[in-house]
Amino acid sequence: MKHTHTTSKDLAVQDNERPDKILQRRNFLKLVGAGATGIALLSVTGCKKDDSPPDDMGGKGFYFGSGDIAILNYAYALEQLEAAFYIEMIKNPYANISEWEKTLFTDIRDHEIAHREFFKKALGDKAIDPLEFDFSKVNFSNRENVLATAKVFEDLGVSAYNGAGWLIANGDYLLLAGKIVSVEARHAALVRDLIDNGSFADSEVIDSNGLDVSNSPTKVLQAAAPFIKSKVDVSDLPTY
Amino acid sequence: MNLFQIFDTITTVEPEFNERISPRREAIRNMMSFGKKVGIAAIPFVLSDLLKKAYGQTAPKDVTGVLNYALTLEYLEAEFYTLAAEKSGLIPSGRPLQAIKTIRDHEVAHVNFLKEVLGNAAVPKPTFDFTAGGTFDSVFSDYDTFLALAQAFEDTGVRAYKGQAGILKGNQVVLTAALQIHSAEARHASHIRQMRRARGGAAENQKPWITGANDSGIGSVVDPIYAGEDNKVQAGVDISMLPGISGRISDNAATQSFDEPLTADSVLDIAGLFIVHD
Repeated sequence: MKHTHTTSKDLAVQDNERPDKILQRRNFLKLVGAGATGIALLSVTGCKKDDSPPDDMGGKGFYFGSGDIAILNYAYALEQLEAAFYIEMIKNPYANISEWEKTLFTDIRDHEIAHREFFKKALGDKAIDPLEFDFSKVNFSNRENVLATAKVFEDLGVSAYNGAGWLIANGDYLLLAGKIVSVEARHAALVRDLIDNGSFADSEVIDSNGLDVSNSPTKVLQAAAPFIKSKVDVSDLPTY
Repeated sequence: MNLFQIFDTITTVEPEFNERISPRREAIRNMMSFGKKVGIAAIPFVLSDLLKKAYGQTAPKDVTGVLNYALTLEYLEAEFYTLAAEKSGLIPSGRPLQAIKTIRDHEVAHVNFLKEVLGNAAVPKPTFDFTAGGTFDSVFSDYDTFLALAQAFEDTGVRAYKGQAGILKGNQVVLTAALQIHSAEARHASHIRQMRRARGGAAENQKPWITGANDSGIGSVVDPIYAGEDNKVQAGVDISMLPGISGRISDNAATQSFDEPLTADSVLDIAGLFIVHD
């Protein structure tokens, strides 16, 4: 791990004092729940941990690159996944979808497309190729099933940005991640409320310190893997 | 208090102040002429930046500063929801009250968490006045006023944390915890917005996300809380020029899809309205 913790002399927190408390992780499998029927290992091509990767290279097929570029490609991949899901959902809405729900999910679809297209544009020639997805396990005509999947994706997205924030070296990119993650959290809360009004921030996602879920890139990609057909190369993606 | 005398004093000290404040002053003048019937719309959310020097709140510069800044906001939210949940007849029983209690518990947990993390460095809880000096007399007797303030606090909180991320950059423990609080606040904001929509009236079109530069239905007086939320350009990329499903991404989607930060100064201006200064 190349990243170091910036600490201040004034800082009342020392990493070695509170990591158990602050970084307490919830059982991730519980979060993913029934949405993912199985957690496959990522198809990782190439493993060159010992080589020093050239900084911030990416965009060759499904190679994410390293450093911040890899983190941005990681976000790009997740936004591609969410956008593809909601595009499919609005194309084939579940039975008897209300006008309001259709309006909300059309909004969400467009937010995810905006995120996806933003990362694509910002990454330029360092962007990974468009990914292929597998939603064959999702029954798009069934509201319960669609909402359950949306909940998994949104909670996963929130946990991904929360968990990757400290890995980002560039302050501008960090702020951008912050601008996106709260929108994902607004989505997550809405989807949860549509499933069960009042579950917007229940104990499944908020712990006893009032902290939302945070997960490492590795854990997030493991959870997303069943939906991703393309063989991604995340060998130089910062994680922990 | 003679507001315009304060304006004039500050203008003398800072010549460019007048130019900067001019639109706000106009807003305040207009607002004051409305009189009491405006009720909730009469919240002078811009007022307190004029008074900031009087109470010495400053923008955080280091990690401890950020945590104390966060703690101050969490004190405010925790007390707000604690008082509201205890007030009989304010919040309808059942799901609404349960939701407010859920949020209250999180804000109280945030206070305890931050206090524990800061230890002796933690700032004490300020004395709050949620009527903002009598402007919001009905905050704990009128449900809609309460919800409007709750939305204002939550949307402000989301922006506040975002604005401090840079100071915490690279800090696995503190940045991660701040992000975890940040997204919890966004979940709250989403739910409060849905609660307001369910009430109809001025909030009938409220969505869980922020559209443009003040979609609150509360009025122009909360403009400072939403200032800049209509931004469509991210890292030099105009989101509304990117390809969408049919044509480009809409302007609304472009603003909704990215929440914007708020500077500590702006946040303290807003929070300062509810803090009692000796």
